[in-house]
Amino acid sequence: MAVNEDFQGRSYDPTPPFAVGREHIRDFADAVGAVDPIHHDVEAARAAGYADLVAPPTFAVIPGQRTDAQFVADPEAGVDYTRVVHGEQRFAHHRPIVAGDELRGVLHIDAIRAAGGHQMVTMRSEIIDAQDQPVATSLSTIVVRGGE
Amino acid sequence: MSEQTVRQFSQVSEGEALPERSIPVTRAHLVHYAGASGDRNVIHWDERTAKAVGLPDVIAHGMWSMGAAVQVVTDWVGDAGRVIDYGTRFTKPVVVPHDGGAQLEVTGKVTKTDPESKQATVELTVTCGGDKVLGRCRAVVQLD
Repeated sequence: MAVNEDFQGRSYDPTPPFAVGREHIRDFADAVGAVDPIHHDVEAARAAGYADLVAPPTFAVIPGQRTDAQFVADPEAGVDYTRVVHGEQRFAHHRPIVAGDELRGVLHIDAIRAAGGHQMVTMRSEIIDAQDQPVATSLSTIVVRGGE
Repeated sequence: MSEQTVRQFSQVSEGEALPERSIPVTRAHLVHYAGASGDRNVIHWDERTAKAVGLPDVIAHGMWSMGAAVQVVTDWVGDAGRVIDYGTRFTKPVVVPHDGGAQLEVTGKVTKTDPESKQATVELTVTCGGDKVLGRCRAVVQLD
């Protein structure tokens, strides 16, 4: 099975909304050892100028990977998930993600290229809020290892 | 709760080293991260499955390492909401044995400051057992 190169350049409709909750932010922060009180204490977050609890910098991977799933879980795309390795990840934050956000992701398949027997796929998820304003851009490159 | 002190752009200089840190990781950390992140790939918690696909043992989620390493930056800045750009390459897996787990060693250095935008770029070096596990690991922070 090989990744279907016809998907290069494809864009998708926005995903259904992903509701960002306080307990999810607290749990994710604990999981990565993020102790900044703005992830845990609403008063501290407000005192620092935010509307509510602030998500840690890599929390955007959650809505990002849900957005990417439209491609990687599509049988037509030909991605064998047992052969997938995460190669590269980048987040550009246009504003911090806060509890109460309703996020949707717009997926773009920026590149599918062959490299040394493997295929590399760069997926870009534009994360937007309920007002369609940009929140974050998640750029994710996966490496699909070639068959034996 | 007292207000935190946020680092000012005027307090930052190119070449400045951030306080370094050792971060332990065990299977329990990975199970927690699997639940919190939704990435429940079995290779991150089950040794038999990890070995069956050719890995030496259970490996940490690359995204766990990325998320744990940036704490060196957020603690130094004093406001986690200031990280406006953060990216890395996953160069080597972090192998997490049942006994004793593993340890990340994280150091950071300010490589660029831009007085106009008041942004500073921090380059992180993240190793495990002497191997570099994150490559080109860079965070940009927005200061006042």
